[in-house]
Amino acid sequence: MSVETTVEAPKATKKEALFSKKNRRALFDPLDDNNPITVQVLGICSALAVTVQVKPAMIMAVGLTFVAAFSSLIIALIRDSIPGRIRMIVQLIIVALLVTLVDQVLKAYMFDVSKKLSVFVGLIITNCIVMGRLEAFAMAQKPWPAFLDGIGNGLGYGIILVVVAVFREVFGAGTLLGFKVIPQWFYDHGYVNNGLMVLPPAALFLIGIYIWWQRSRNTKLVNVS
Amino acid sequence: MKFIRRLVDSVKPHFEKGGKFEKLHPAFEALETFLFVPEATNSDGVHVRDAMDLKRTMITVVIALVPCLLFGMWNVGHQHYLAYGMEMPLMDTFMFGFWKVLPIVIVSYAVGLGAEFVFAVLKGHPVSEGYLVTGLLIPLTLPVTIPLWMVALAAIFCTILGKEIFGGTGMNFMNPALLARAFLFFAFPAFMSGDIWNDLSPEAGHQIIDAYTGATNLVTFDKDYTLLNSVGDMFWGFEKGSIGETSVFACLLGALILIITGVGSWRIIVASFLGAWLMGSLFNVLAPADIPTHAMHTPAYYHWLMGGFAFGAVFMATDPVSAAQTETGKWIYGLLIGIFTVLLRVVNPAYPEAVMLSILLMNVFAPLIDHIVIEQHIKKRLRRA
Repeated sequence: MSVETTVEAPKATKKEALFSKKNRRALFDPLDDNNPITVQVLGICSALAVTVQVKPAMIMAVGLTFVAAFSSLIIALIRDSIPGRIRMIVQLIIVALLVTLVDQVLKAYMFDVSKKLSVFVGLIITNCIVMGRLEAFAMAQKPWPAFLDGIGNGLGYGIILVVVAVFREVFGAGTLLGFKVIPQWFYDHGYVNNGLMVLPPAALFLIGIYIWWQRSRNTKLVNVS
Repeated sequence: MKFIRRLVDSVKPHFEKGGKFEKLHPAFEALETFLFVPEATNSDGVHVRDAMDLKRTMITVVIALVPCLLFGMWNVGHQHYLAYGMEMPLMDTFMFGFWKVLPIVIVSYAVGLGAEFVFAVLKGHPVSEGYLVTGLLIPLTLPVTIPLWMVALAAIFCTILGKEIFGGTGMNFMNPALLARAFLFFAFPAFMSGDIWNDLSPEAGHQIIDAYTGATNLVTFDKDYTLLNSVGDMFWGFEKGSIGETSVFACLLGALILIITGVGSWRIIVASFLGAWLMGSLFNVLAPADIPTHAMHTPAYYHWLMGGFAFGAVFMATDPVSAAQTETGKWIYGLLIGIFTVLLRVVNPAYPEAVMLSILLMNVFAPLIDHIVIEQHIKKRLRRA
């Protein structure tokens, strides 16, 4: 039953530059003006869960960037042949394929990190960012911009993750990427690691403060949502 | 007085519009109106005029807190000398606690007000008097052994994240002082629970007595409620606990002041006590008969006396900003605070100081309660029409 629908690259009459203004926006907007976490408010759940330490957060960010970019690319390639009614299922299958890939690679080469991320790698499937961008962008765009959009959103997500994780690891455990950054002198004089930072609510506080800071700097965003 | 007035007037032009320190106007205004009656009055429209402005409300609460503060200071010394088995005259006991508690109060006020002043100057809104109460409530809810930098951190946290980002005094949906305590409770659990309630700084020539135990009643009753302090001790406050919360008597004195002046809602106080009693009685009925020392057997009225329940119900739950506003809502709000407090205390020993969590939880629900009460009222009126 496989219908051979050859997806030919749409022959644009005017060849668009690889990094035209529009494409650059697809790549860079999600970093700040259209950040998936702080503006679109997608993918909050994993941002609370994997930001206790910087290393898992970075790996999670890379994993999500990979999945978001390539699922966007694939979906954009076959977007014309996906029947509208079952498009979600098709998207899910492609995302699931990529997530399984990431999961297996992590298990093979970084087992300890894979254990720390545990179920959250598998849950990239349900990460609102991936599905949200597929629905909102890749289904209606050419492959190249869709791919850039996937990378941009993955990186935008990653920025927040790493920023939050840096604060949580430094104040919660006194380390950064596993290295001690708060000198022993502090501990000798009564400094104590902040236990709240290890708990998920701390990520919520930090994301809230980030949004506050972002909007006071970038007035375009005020009253967007 | 004249001298201060002249001093204030002489520097005033610098802080007016166009002056050198125009940006600092909110800070200056706060100081000036703190010292003198403000000269600016509204000139247009109709205004309700009442002697009971925000400043007087806040000062009334501070006065109501004084019995708790004084008793708390004495009790800090009392518990200290008790642990060393020493008999000391009243004044020495009080002064010991005074010098232990004073730094905490000063840090709380200085840092919290500092944060508020900075914020007021940055945002250009006037400094409000709300922190006068918060700044005193924070130390009273903390153990005396708390390191001062933690007090400072909590004061900053509750002022900025609990109040200022929502728009300052009157806009906070949670009680800032309790938020400060909750912050410390989760951030530094080792300093907020366990055997930290007593100041055990060494006494020359004395050893800690053998029978000494650092556990508070809230921890004790969970294992065996018959080991609690006597009812009298718990009522008058001769027990371990946070600085200001131990004496139910002092809290009731404060409650009297709040109710007579109309600053605190008697409905909330009565409803909270009632709720705790109801839940305690329910547990008495459900308690396993074969374990006579089980926490569920604790007489219901013990819950009024143990821990910080009275303090929370009188001073925290009645916070006019974060409590329910409607009369029926206040009953529901208070009842639920009492019920949740006892429920958490008995069922979940991990959070011994349940009154803090219950009040914060009900703070969140207060607008919902009000909404339902008002909707019901409208429905009833419509049916009658």
